[in-house]
Amino acid sequence: MARYFTEEHEWIDVDGDSATIGITDYAQEQLGDIVFVEVPDAGAMLEKGDDAAVVESVKAASDVYAPVSGEVMEGNDLLAEEPGLVNSAPEEEGWFFRMTLSDKDELNGLMDAKEYKDFIASL
Amino acid sequence: MSDDAVLPLDSWHRARDARMASFAGYAMPIQYEGIIAEHLWTRENAGLFDVSHMGQLFFSGDGVEAAIEALTPADVEGLALGRQRYSLLLTGDGGIIDDLMIARWRQGIYMVVNAATKGADIAHIEPHLPDNVSMKVLTDRALIALQGPKAAEALGRHVSGEYGLDALIFMAGGQYRLAGEDVWISRSGYTGEDGFEISLPATIVEEVAEALCGEPEVKPIGLGARDSLRLEAGLPLYGHDIDEHTSPIEAGLGFALSKRRREAGDFPGAAQIIRQREEGPSKKRVGLIVEGRQPVREGALVVDAEGQEIGKVTSGGFSPSLEKPIAMAYVPAALAEPGTEIALQQRGKPFAGTVTALPFVPHTYHRQPKP
Repeated sequence: MARYFTEEHEWIDVDGDSATIGITDYAQEQLGDIVFVEVPDAGAMLEKGDDAAVVESVKAASDVYAPVSGEVMEGNDLLAEEPGLVNSAPEEEGWFFRMTLSDKDELNGLMDAKEYKDFIASL
Repeated sequence: MSDDAVLPLDSWHRARDARMASFAGYAMPIQYEGIIAEHLWTRENAGLFDVSHMGQLFFSGDGVEAAIEALTPADVEGLALGRQRYSLLLTGDGGIIDDLMIARWRQGIYMVVNAATKGADIAHIEPHLPDNVSMKVLTDRALIALQGPKAAEALGRHVSGEYGLDALIFMAGGQYRLAGEDVWISRSGYTGEDGFEISLPATIVEEVAEALCGEPEVKPIGLGARDSLRLEAGLPLYGHDIDEHTSPIEAGLGFALSKRRREAGDFPGAAQIIRQREEGPSKKRVGLIVEGRQPVREGALVVDAEGQEIGKVTSGGFSPSLEKPIAMAYVPAALAEPGTEIALQQRGKPFAGTVTALPFVPHTYHRQPKP
């Protein structure tokens, strides 16, 4: 399974024609204590760049964009009750949603783990 | 790199891994270990806040009382030595230029104003001062606050003075010795907790911060938790909950209009403010508890049944102590009673709130026992 990263600090685990999406450890660290997460409903059609989810820290609200296009298969319901999972396990149990990939070519522009590490080091 | 001004505790914050951010033109610590942990620590123990970005002004000379009274609704003549009052700089039509604290020191009147407004405040005040009243901006002093139920205990181990800290009740202050220097300590703050604000020479602030944070009850607290604490305490933030377009009556700050000045009607905007006090304002600042878990933020709308805007949220966030979203908003006076259900809208999405008496979390000020 390949993991990709975006400049908006999302991670994307690709498994065949579907993907799991969340925000990176760097992103949760920047946001601080997360108190609310809204994930998309199953069946929602997303175009790359659409608003897909909302994450709110004590301080502020941020949008999470769809890093690729496709149909949402499932949102992580655990986050409604336990938004703090995004702080404690951002790249594991704190995933946001799973979706199908309607255009795998969209993955080409994304970063791998090493490129993302260099990217955040440059910020 | 940013053009932010650097305050005396800058390197001290950075050595403690503070996340620094620009606030009102200063590099300020936003958080250390996390806003919720810092917030709860302050409510249960004691938190040290660096507020050296705020403006510290000192006025002296014959007629200093009248000079400050010309700009504020405060009773400066009646302000006893070592007493502090919350007051307002008012426009001629009763809008709020800034909110501030004044205290009587032995040689004159000490004033603390907001960081973001201090330049404009000084520009407003200076031309109004008569020749024999001087204003000094105390740029060589730092300002820190120690807040929380254990603040008195922790601070008490480090200060000496003519009177013990016990002698200070809420909104009283005095001269004390700390790290070998004379400092001004008042029993006041911006968290709703018992606590102190300490004006001290910038040369000793690092030594004092280090000594206080060496106490088991004390941790440094960032601006993030300062904001969530003051929101729970129902305290307005200038530029957000109050500004030149809000009146003290709408904002629920009528207590800042001293009785003598109100009766004399001789402060800026007195005619409008006194009329509004008698007739009642058309809108009021209220507290809201928001249903669900998602916070509403500054700028969210208060709407009527048809979805038309009838008010605005001016501060909002997640309350770490209540574990739910809370907000302050201006609503039509008819909807300002506690218990009233309020419809809100943020980014097109509906929210529901209930008017709640402020503060959300009770104040625990160290007041004089009632006889």
